[in-house]
Amino acid sequence: MDNFTVGVVVFPGSNCDRDVSWALEGCLDIRTKYLWHESSDLSDVDAIVLPGGFSYGDYLRCGAIARFSPLINALDEFVKSGKRVLGICNGFQILTESGFLPGALVANKNLNFICDDVELDIVSSKGGWFNNGDEKQTIKLPIAHGEGRYHCDSDTLKKLVDNDLIALRYKNNPNGSSFDIAGITNEKGNVLGLMPHPERACDDIIGGTDGLFTLKSLIL
Amino acid sequence: MDQFAVKVFVRLRPSVLDPAGEATKFASIKLGAEGIKSLRIGKMIEVKIEGNGENEVREKIDLLCDRLFANTVIEDYEYSLEKL
Repeated sequence: MDNFTVGVVVFPGSNCDRDVSWALEGCLDIRTKYLWHESSDLSDVDAIVLPGGFSYGDYLRCGAIARFSPLINALDEFVKSGKRVLGICNGFQILTESGFLPGALVANKNLNFICDDVELDIVSSKGGWFNNGDEKQTIKLPIAHGEGRYHCDSDTLKKLVDNDLIALRYKNNPNGSSFDIAGITNEKGNVLGLMPHPERACDDIIGGTDGLFTLKSLIL
Repeated sequence: MDQFAVKVFVRLRPSVLDPAGEATKFASIKLGAEGIKSLRIGKMIEVKIEGNGENEVREKIDLLCDRLFANTVIEDYEYSLEKL
């Protein structure tokens, strides 16, 4: 997997693109390539990360404008081919707005922008994004969002539960998310969207390494 | 070509909690306003648009509302249309 390359998408207003690239290159020795949102050529990347930030200034709704970028249009084929896509925070919002994942992310219940470390239960092994071996069912990752309250109707929630699509749940729900949901996958498991930031937990010196497994699992 | 002025109202669905509306309701009561039973915040989008008649313009606005202006997972929309 020497040549495995992760595309890190850059929208106007992305602000975690460099963090993701740093974590992949510096902590995991995985090659990355920045992809400007107007590019629709995904031929030389093997997996894609939609990083956090405020694409298009969060105008209209978080992720609503980014959804119409040429890159997101090209993502459909990429996902259908089984390649892996990880949407973090604003990236998760973009994945729901564009219909790759169900539901929506709305303003936190208490209206605060929450910047904190949270404990998360690993719920599903679908897609192999998390290390849910016997000994470690809980991880700690940072969150930083104002609009991270996951919302879906009861039919969708039932589908998520029945099909094992809930990847992560908050131990102490910080934002009012339905069913404490912090991250979900698509049915195939190759698309993961989550509000917590694994790229900010890849080195002990900044408080933890629980994010390493998820970034590493872009190579599967 | 006819020109129309369209006002689109986008509202959170009744089942979706509106914390900004709740906070504004709280402030309204602090201001001394009495009798407020509920307060919810939405968006209004004004569009001026050309088309061959009202039906064609309605088709365009429906598409815009459904695909862009509102996220129908969490929001409802309605609009009024005035020929200029």
